[in-house]
Amino acid sequence: MLRLEGVRIEQGGFSLTADFTVREGCRVAVIGPSGAGKSTLLGAIAGFVPVTSGRLICEETDITAAAPGARPVSMLFQDNNLFPHLTVARNVALGLRPVLRLTAEENARVQAAIERVGLSGMEDRRPGDLSGGQQSRAALARVLVRDRPLVLLDEPFAALGPALRREMLDLVAELISDTGATLMMVTHAPEDVRRIADEVIFVEGGIAHAPGPAADLLKNPPPALRAYLG
Amino acid sequence: MARSPQPITGAGGRIAAGCVVALVVLAFAGIALRAEPGRGIGPAEWSAIRFTLVQAVWSAGLSVLLAVPLARALARRRFAGQSILITLLGAPFILPVIVAVLGLLAIFGRNGWVNEVLGFFGLPGISVYGLHGVVLAHVFFNLPLATRLLLQGWQSMPAERFRLAAQLDLPPWMIFRTLEWPLLKRILPGAAALIFVICLTSFAVALTLGGGPRSTTIELAIYQAFRFNFDLSLAAFLSVIQLVIAGSAALIALWIIPDIPQGAGMDRRVTRWDARAGWQRATDALIITLGAGFLLLPLLAVALSGLAGLSEVPLSVWRAAWTSLWVAGLSILVMLAIALPMAGWIALRARGGAEAFGLIGLSASPLMLGVGWFILLNPVLDPVGVSLPVTAVVNALMALPFALRIIVPAVRGALESYGRLCIALDIRGFAAWRWLILPRSAAATGFAAGLTGALSVGDLGVIALFADPDRTTLPLQMYRLMGAYRVEAAAGAALLLLVMALAVFWICDRGGRWHAAA
Repeated sequence: MLRLEGVRIEQGGFSLTADFTVREGCRVAVIGPSGAGKSTLLGAIAGFVPVTSGRLICEETDITAAAPGARPVSMLFQDNNLFPHLTVARNVALGLRPVLRLTAEENARVQAAIERVGLSGMEDRRPGDLSGGQQSRAALARVLVRDRPLVLLDEPFAALGPALRREMLDLVAELISDTGATLMMVTHAPEDVRRIADEVIFVEGGIAHAPGPAADLLKNPPPALRAYLG
Repeated sequence: MARSPQPITGAGGRIAAGCVVALVVLAFAGIALRAEPGRGIGPAEWSAIRFTLVQAVWSAGLSVLLAVPLARALARRRFAGQSILITLLGAPFILPVIVAVLGLLAIFGRNGWVNEVLGFFGLPGISVYGLHGVVLAHVFFNLPLATRLLLQGWQSMPAERFRLAAQLDLPPWMIFRTLEWPLLKRILPGAAALIFVICLTSFAVALTLGGGPRSTTIELAIYQAFRFNFDLSLAAFLSVIQLVIAGSAALIALWIIPDIPQGAGMDRRVTRWDARAGWQRATDALIITLGAGFLLLPLLAVALSGLAGLSEVPLSVWRAAWTSLWVAGLSILVMLAIALPMAGWIALRARGGAEAFGLIGLSASPLMLGVGWFILLNPVLDPVGVSLPVTAVVNALMALPFALRIIVPAVRGALESYGRLCIALDIRGFAAWRWLILPRSAAATGFAAGLTGALSVGDLGVIALFADPDRTTLPLQMYRLMGAYRVEAAAGAALLLLVMALAVFWICDRGGRWHAAA
């Protein structure tokens, strides 16, 4: 589904290489020490970080040079995932088209997505009036209407408490299986990996390793991963 | 990190900036056409240069000197009405110059309140015309600016330092040396430079309170050469002098000019343990009373005499008021059409891009632009016929540096926080303006529009060059009434002008903030 062919990313003194394939419909956790390049890897796939050499192939299309908005990717960042001056409904609608008026059919899709994430009745609220969990739900509703085949999560739930984070991960898992999208998510927590991931990409020492089965890796981690997990 | 993609391009901003540069360069070209380099600087021109520099030095020096005790007192006292007083310190920025002059005349003029008191005690009266009148008016306008700049500095001082000073029981002079002197050293040069540059191109104050051969600024000399002698060559020559002096001063001052304070100030309360002695409180109370009186009494005088004079206001004043309103509206539109795209462009660039345009605004004086364009337009069409649109454009250009300083940080903040999200959602170009930049910068844009509108409503500058009886703005009409000694009518017009300037500012500012909140 997503293929990184000899990808190399260089920023200042930092470099990261990646050469692997992510299978369609797979749920991949990206783990590794702070500063190893987890966010950089996702940023490169989403188009925010330029790739120095190599190719990014998504669904048999070369997206190495494509603009971020033109890639088949939905990404949630650590923060600023919602426009604070716009209502929930408008924030979700911007995932479809940046226009003043949506068609009736598009409005119905927005409404359905808001209902799906459990925010019915909060369409006209602004992000500032929502709790952290509700803000995450609103951002996920937009991922839902965008309906892109690849969803990237760069720790959007990092600021939430453990219970709420588990709730959000479960919601993500449901939404992903609804849409059949492929998921790549950065995380620090092994329990997140167990909860949601099929496979794990370990990023360390300038290399993003090819994904391996999550259960095996957690049970019998190679030395570097063992050192990271502690 | 490599430059990340942005939702907007700088193309529109580059075009807008190009238009501004073209307008200014056209004025230069017009002047260059007529200025005769072999002319030489005569005694009258030397006198104007000298007076311009002398009054600017006095104005800048007195403003910052007087601002120190006032800002200090305001920073360390808490009293009822304090926040209103600090907000009012921002008012001279939008106060029409000619209204302030009328107010100052009511207090310090020949039959003013001060002379009445002096006469009561049998003391000789004071005269407000000439150098000290010009300096008085400039201090009236710039003392509040300097005070606000200093207050901002005082506010930036961490509260913990005062706590430490109290803990060590430092005597007043030690507090001054360790806490306040470093602050003054940092802020005062910039504040003085800013005021100096502003006063260099002073026109309306010099027109009303100066004027004799011994108290003529260069800007006023341009006006006189143009209006009285219609000596285009002399006007152009004086414009070149003005450009050289104001331009080089602005160039030098550019590096030390501080940011223009925006908010009402005093948003953070710092508890102070020092300066609690009775004599210190009494001095501060006296300083605040004097400062507030100096700033408020002229306005009070305008309001009082204006109310009495409103019935005397002739129809011509109402017509001029209407003209001023649409000129201000046009000026706001022109400013927005230039400043918004430019703000987008500057926000995309590395920091510091706006300063170059502040330079143009400070060095290209209104009358210089007016003379330059007149020379170019005159062979093609009747410049008097387009005097009002020209005034609107000049007002917009004059407000542009301030507008950019206000709008650019808001646009930059919006792009820094949400530009990535826009890109991720493929919201670009007009859509990015519509959904991200305009809403996020609405408050700043409204504030800038309010400043522009108020400056334009109250401006007595380039319109004085071209005006004929049919095309006149309210400040010019008011000046004519003053010149004709129709005191009551002028007072009524002053009140009307004051209310209009404040109303235009208030409506735009509120509109922006309401939009930002909605």
